[in-house]
Amino acid sequence: MSKRTIQLKMYRYDPDKDDKPYMQDYTLELEPSDKKLLDVLVRLKSQDDSLSFRRSCREGVCGSDAMNVNGKNRLACLTDIDGLPQPIVLRPLPGLPVIRDLIVDMTQFFKQYHSIKPYLINETPAPERERLQSPEDREELNGLYECILCACCSTSCPSFWWNPDKFVGPAGLLAAYRFLADTRDEATSERLDNLEDPYRLFRCHSIMNCVDVCPKSLNPTRAIGKIKDMMVSRAV
Amino acid sequence: MTVAKRTFDAVIVGAGGAGLRAALQLSEAGLKTAVLTKVFPTRSHTVAAQGGVAASLGNSTEDNWHWHMYDTVKGSDWLGDQDAIEFMCRKANEVVVELEHYGMPFDRTDNGKIYQRPFGGHSQNYGQSPVSRSCAAADRTGHAMLHALYQRNVRANTQFFVEWMALDLIRNADGDVLGVTALEMETGEVSIFHAKATIFATGGAGRIFHSSTNAFINTGDGLGMAARAGVPLEDMEFWQFHPTGVFGAGVLITEGVRGEGGILRNASGERFMERYAPNLKDLASRDVVSRSMVTEINEGRGCGPDKDHVLLDITHLSPETIMKRLPGIREISIQFAGVDPIKAPIPVVPTAHYQMGGIPTNYKGQVVAPKGGNPNAPVIGFYAAGECACASVHGANRLGTNSLLDLLVFGKSAGESVVADLTSGNLSLKPLPDDAADMSLARLARLEGQTNGESVFDVGLEMRRTMQKHAGVFRFDNLLKEGVTQILAVAERAKRTGIKDKSKVWNTARTEALELDNLIEVAKATMVSAEARKESRGAHVRDDAPDTSEFPNGRNDNEWLKHTLWYSEGNRLEYKPVTMKPLSHDVEPIALAKRTY
Repeated sequence: MSKRTIQLKMYRYDPDKDDKPYMQDYTLELEPSDKKLLDVLVRLKSQDDSLSFRRSCREGVCGSDAMNVNGKNRLACLTDIDGLPQPIVLRPLPGLPVIRDLIVDMTQFFKQYHSIKPYLINETPAPERERLQSPEDREELNGLYECILCACCSTSCPSFWWNPDKFVGPAGLLAAYRFLADTRDEATSERLDNLEDPYRLFRCHSIMNCVDVCPKSLNPTRAIGKIKDMMVSRAV
Repeated sequence: MTVAKRTFDAVIVGAGGAGLRAALQLSEAGLKTAVLTKVFPTRSHTVAAQGGVAASLGNSTEDNWHWHMYDTVKGSDWLGDQDAIEFMCRKANEVVVELEHYGMPFDRTDNGKIYQRPFGGHSQNYGQSPVSRSCAAADRTGHAMLHALYQRNVRANTQFFVEWMALDLIRNADGDVLGVTALEMETGEVSIFHAKATIFATGGAGRIFHSSTNAFINTGDGLGMAARAGVPLEDMEFWQFHPTGVFGAGVLITEGVRGEGGILRNASGERFMERYAPNLKDLASRDVVSRSMVTEINEGRGCGPDKDHVLLDITHLSPETIMKRLPGIREISIQFAGVDPIKAPIPVVPTAHYQMGGIPTNYKGQVVAPKGGNPNAPVIGFYAAGECACASVHGANRLGTNSLLDLLVFGKSAGESVVADLTSGNLSLKPLPDDAADMSLARLARLEGQTNGESVFDVGLEMRRTMQKHAGVFRFDNLLKEGVTQILAVAERAKRTGIKDKSKVWNTARTEALELDNLIEVAKATMVSAEARKESRGAHVRDDAPDTSEFPNGRNDNEWLKHTLWYSEGNRLEYKPVTMKPLSHDVEPIALAKRTY
């Protein structure tokens, strides 16, 4: 069997030696076991050890290897190389400062996540055993708790690009709704107050890029809609 | 290079389940704590755990911690320390309920309690029938747990140093531990973290094997640091091969699949586990199932054109059950095996998964090592928990769901010990030796200056292939002996690794070279310890130690009922006794017996 080759065009920038970023072309011979984009990156790195990217679990659950692939934010480990138009153009996630190559500074992303108080608030003294929750109430958390904080969604959102310091962004708002939807959480009005602001919640214009790119098939736009509904129903 | 110094009450290395659980104890006690982690906390490998965490809550079947303790001792093939096992099983309900209170989204039973499912090796009434003991959040229990623990730490204002890689352990002339050196990945700067207490929660080193369920980051950093600093590693010959890694990709398929009713089948469609474990069948413990699978393959009953795997079948389960209880498995199977398990069985093969051994500790999470005739003398200022530690609760074979329990119980316990030792004044800030950072700086300088060095990728590949071939599911005397020679040769090559990338900023070539130093220590420890243990026990099964009437299952308790201690210097081995006595005097020891399922 003849060897498969693959063409890539990759964003490169090392502040230690480069004045400005540039795109580098690669042609790589693949092994039969190379199926995902992450396999390709790991093989490429064995030849050019200066190529920098984050990766860990390689099965789509840790959220490390989000990047912009042919114009769309994706996880490298869940992206099949078969069927990807070549040259595969790889860039860092858009809208965040680049540290090096495909590695972005995620400070602003996590700051927004932290701003929604991403933890259960329940000041009632805990019972000796578990708090009870019906299977139906627990089901409300499905599609919310599975977020892996990869930032594919927030960094594909124009509202987040323009106001990353003021708009919480789809990932943070999904997490906000995860706690609003939890029957065990007691801080509903405090959480809504925290989002009652022209920017934090209401900069979402339902463009739905977040839904389009989420590698876990989650729907932040729907969660944001639910928060808006809660805002409305407490106002009337 | 200048080395900045930072001072804390405690430094925790690693922010997976064990590190985060320990951090909560310290943060909530108001101690000045630094948590160093080479990845953002929710990217730690705990996130990949799937099937559940063990606790005898008894929410759907009758259960109690005595049964759990029995199963764990038996699962360990009696190599586990019974004081630590009693401690863990008794604490299980407390730490799992705590997590629920922190907000962890467990699945629920109809009456609103935590949902529990059966798991391998867990039984009712001392081995009689399967029990539902595994507390689960669908098949994403590790993800749900890690995020809940991180979130609770956000609430507690824990101070994280994210994307800092710890390099070396700092000890003084008395052997007391004074902290670590660490590299900030974004800048390449080295700092000393000087602390009264140091907790290692650095996870496992499954990346020593070629085929592994483990994440890239699982490079045994804590074990490497401990070994270089003269701390022994315990029971490193015992590695768990998980029965169900996706054939080819190695990605984990939880045992919870079998807990929900999944069946392993050979080429003729036979449910072959009925022959090997007539009672618990597909839910026998992992070492037993993995060996049965390899036997099927070796005897020509494997599946596929090369007869090199078996099939995990859940096509008889309803699509609703699969979508509700095993949604992540369905995604993984479609992504990595190209199979929708609702319609067709998943090709699987035993895959390196978990290290039962590690840095020796007692049940309080204190690191212990032989000193002055005491085999278990605490190393002052040093604590460890989770997969990097060996308490030892898993002995020669870990039961599924006991790993998440281990990291909760001993993460908390290590945290509590540090709080107690700090408040009682047992620990103080001891002066740093002048050469505190020298070893780390020398390692970095060597990498910086190395010309015509060996490729980190090539040496790593050679190590992984050597381990896979010479220390796999079944072990052979000649392969182990050759393996020792070969791994020592690989270790020599690892001393001459070179990198082309010399950048200070986020230099992952350098990180991978430093990680290889740690992996190599673990690989040596594994091969040398395995070669020396001339019996079969748990996950360590030798061809020349078969099942006989004198030695049931090939186990030789007269000579080998003891823990291995491997020292990096000179590849020296020592042994210490197994603690057969439970913690409480009113708890009966679990007596030695032949293991059958």
